[in-house]
Order: sequence, then structure tokens, then C-alpha cells
Amino acid sequence: MAIRTEPFILNVGPQHPSTHGVFRLRVTLDGEVVVDVEPVVGYLHRGIEKLAEGRTYTQNIPFTDRLDYLASMTNNFAYVLAVEKLAQIEVPERAEYLRIIMAEMMRIASHLMAIGFFLNDLGAMMTPVLYMWREREKLLDLFEMVCGQRLTYNYMRIGGVSQDIPEEFLPALKKFVAEMPTFIDEYEWLLSQNEILLARTKGVGILPRDVAINIAASGPVLRASGVKWDIRKADPYSIYDRFDFEVPVGNVGDCYDRYWVRMQEMRQSVRILEQALEQLPGGEVYAKVPQLLRPPAGEVYGHIEAPKGELGFYLVSDNSIAPYRFHIRPPTLINLTALKDMVIGWKVADLIVTFGSMDVCLGEIDR
Amino acid sequence: MTAALSGEEIAHRIADKFPDSVIIADEMSVVIHSRSLYQVAEFLKNTPGLDFDYLTNLAAVDYLDYFEVVYHLVSLKHNHSLVLKTRCYDRDKPVVPSVVSLWRAADFQEREAYDLMGIVFQGHPNLKRLLLWEGFVGHPLRRDYL
Repeated sequence: MAIRTEPFILNVGPQHPSTHGVFRLRVTLDGEVVVDVEPVVGYLHRGIEKLAEGRTYTQNIPFTDRLDYLASMTNNFAYVLAVEKLAQIEVPERAEYLRIIMAEMMRIASHLMAIGFFLNDLGAMMTPVLYMWREREKLLDLFEMVCGQRLTYNYMRIGGVSQDIPEEFLPALKKFVAEMPTFIDEYEWLLSQNEILLARTKGVGILPRDVAINIAASGPVLRASGVKWDIRKADPYSIYDRFDFEVPVGNVGDCYDRYWVRMQEMRQSVRILEQALEQLPGGEVYAKVPQLLRPPAGEVYGHIEAPKGELGFYLVSDNSIAPYRFHIRPPTLINLTALKDMVIGWKVADLIVTFGSMDVCLGEIDR
Repeated sequence: MTAALSGEEIAHRIADKFPDSVIIADEMSVVIHSRSLYQVAEFLKNTPGLDFDYLTNLAAVDYLDYFEVVYHLVSLKHNHSLVLKTRCYDRDKPVVPSVVSLWRAADFQEREAYDLMGIVFQGHPNLKRLLLWEGFVGHPLRRDYL
């Protein structure tokens, strides 16, 4: 008698350690091989876009902290940049530098988290994460010095930043910047040539270049596939055109390249921090902006290179105190479109690794 | 710097190829009729010199008189961008052709616009709610939803 087989449907999540939040993957399996995969999202949906229509432009800044909560500073940054573009507000020089410093610190913190948990998904239970957290902790301490918060900072304001940095901040950051390259060397020494890491990630979960462009992938996921596209270079915002840095690009688009691109981006962020610290001018950190901002009627699309990809805000103003429409372009939701292409034909263990290498954040996907 | 292409100039090129497709155009954007959206999108994607290969953002806006669907297009090859818009006036069943077959980036974004704004994207392979649950009634991002 012939053995009858049928596809098996497996729900990964919504509560599962490797889903990085409340996220469900509906996986169809043939034995151990993935035949189909469907992401199911929305468990964390808070309706931020609707809520924002009833609040003033300034009141909406804390909402942006709660999108990608591992990179709150860059979310603040993207939103205030969009509003400033809409209302044509000039920002003082010192505030521009402080914003760049915060954004690059945030990029390092977010990538540390991404790499740490990527290795966790590979099975290196908690040890790499704790190595990464050693440095992330220092960054969180620095953020706490600046604004008193460790996760949701609410530091940037329309027209500048909420307050100037305290005296002890600069020496501490300089120490961090001087030490960080050695720590990155240490991570690379431990990981980049590690036999298990290479075996599990090289050639796994390949995202071809043309697919990456077609699904509008962004951030490290796009660059790992060999597309040299970084909004800091392609469409420089704020004062990014003043800094000298490279855009690391992978060539295959596998899980290893995504890991490698993040690692190299941290080095580049350190370089930007060094230059920003050297050039940091004195002066005001907050432009004179009316308490109740009424931007002229119109619309704007402001985007930045957040750690996870292109974070965009599409705002429509009707010259009232609240935005008429507040749309967020979440990078990781759009990156997820490619998951299907990357995992079909691979085994369940590789699905977990590939998903981990995409570095998703559910606060941002569900909004 | 990503060069924002003039909506008026592009509108001329579109009108030459597809007469009666442009509703209005200004420096910032081109608004076209939803009936010719797919052809125009295909033209923008495949014409050498334009090469809009990257659909960055898709958003729907409710202006009460009509719905507007906004496409932020970028060409990675030439580093230029364009804002393409389309309108639908029927509040009960707003229909816009889907562009998923051109840019798969529209997949989740069109599902989101359907979910929250109630716009039906004709030709979408899997048009169902993205963020809200299946039994949910209404489309919360509409201005008249309370």
C-alpha cells in the first residue's frame, strides 16, 4: 500500500520566541520543507494613524517612539523632519548635529540588537546577545543622560531637540566612540568566521537583486542584495552631506550578507559619530516655533534611512493644528513581502534564521 | 539628491501616449483617472529614461468628495522620483486597479489601504484585511468613521 502524504500547516507564533514580537507565520510544510508561508500581522495594531489625526503635530511625536521601539530616536527624527519640510522650519546648527549623533547612536544600538537576536535564532542561546547588550547598555545610558529615557525617548522636537546635552555626555560618548571599533573587532573575531554561522547562513535565504528592488526592500536587506542605495547618500537629509562614510554592500543577498552589512554599518556609524563630535558647534538647540503649529495646506513625504530601512511619513495638512492624514511607511512590513521568495524550499530551521536576518519590529509593522 | 521630476512635464508625456488620462498636474504631482492607472504605471515603469522601478510608498487619503491613492515612485537607476495619484469618486465601492503585477511592493500596502480605507484594488491576488481581523465591520481611516 502506498504511503499517503499531505501538507502540514504549522502556526509559528503569535507567541513564539523567534517571532520577535506578536507575529504569526502560517507555514505549509511538506515534511520539513517549507512549501508556502503567509505572514499574519496586526496583533499589535493600535491605530496610530487614526489617533494622530486628532492630535496636534507636537503631540504626535511620542506616537512615533512606539513604532520601531528599538530605534525610537530615528522615528522621532523622520517625523520631525517631515513636519519641518511641510512647515518650512529652519533648525539650528547644533540641533542638526545632535540629531545626527542620536540617529547614529541609535543605528548602532538597533544593529547590535538585530545581530544579537539573529544569532539567538541560530541557536547561540543568549551568549552573543549579552555581548551585544554590553555595548547597547552603554548607549542606553547615554540616551538616559540626554533625555531621561531608555526606550521611548521623545527627544526631538519640531524645530530642534527638547534640551541641550548635559556636561558629562560628550566625554562619555567620546570614550564610547574610541572603544567601539575594538568591540566590533571582537564581535567579528568571534562570529564572522565562525564555522557554524557560516554553515547556517551562507547561501541560505537568498534575496535576488531584482526581487529586492521590485518589492521595494530597503535598508540592510536591500543593500545585502547588492543594491547601493542608502538614503543618507542618495537623497541626503539634514546635514548628512557633510560626513564622509561608505555604504557597505553585499553581493549574494543571503543571510550572511545581511549580517555582514549590519556589522559594517556599525563601523561607518562610528566614523560619522567621530566627525560629528569634531564638528559639533555651540549655540541654540531649539528654533522659535509656535506652540500650536499650523503648517500651510499641502502635503509632504519625508523619508530617512532608519536602521531597518526607509522610514517615511506622508503628511497631509489642511492648515489646522492636527494633520489631516498621517501615513507611515514602515520599512520592515514592506521587507516582509520578500519572505516568501526567500524561504520556500528551505527547511523550518532555515525559515527561522532567514526571518531573524530580516530584523523586523512588530511595533512598526502593526502600528 | 533625488531629483523630483516635474509633474507637469510627465503629465505631457503621459497625455501624448494616453489622451484623456490626466485629471490635473502641477509641479509636485500628476493625478490621473483610475481607469488608465495601470497603463500609465506600466508606461512609467518600462519607459527608458523614466525607469520607475521602485514603488516606495502607497497611501490612501479620504477627502470626503473622493478618495485619493498616492504612489511615491523612485527610479534607483536615475535617482529621480515622481508622485503619481489617482482618484475614485464612488464612496460605496471605490475601485482602483492593482499594481501588484508591476511592483510587488504594493502587495501589503494595497491590502492595508483596503483594510483601513476600504479601497478595492482590482486584480490584487490576495485582497483581504491586513491589520484588522476578518470579521471587522467598516474602514476606520475614513474621515466619517467614528
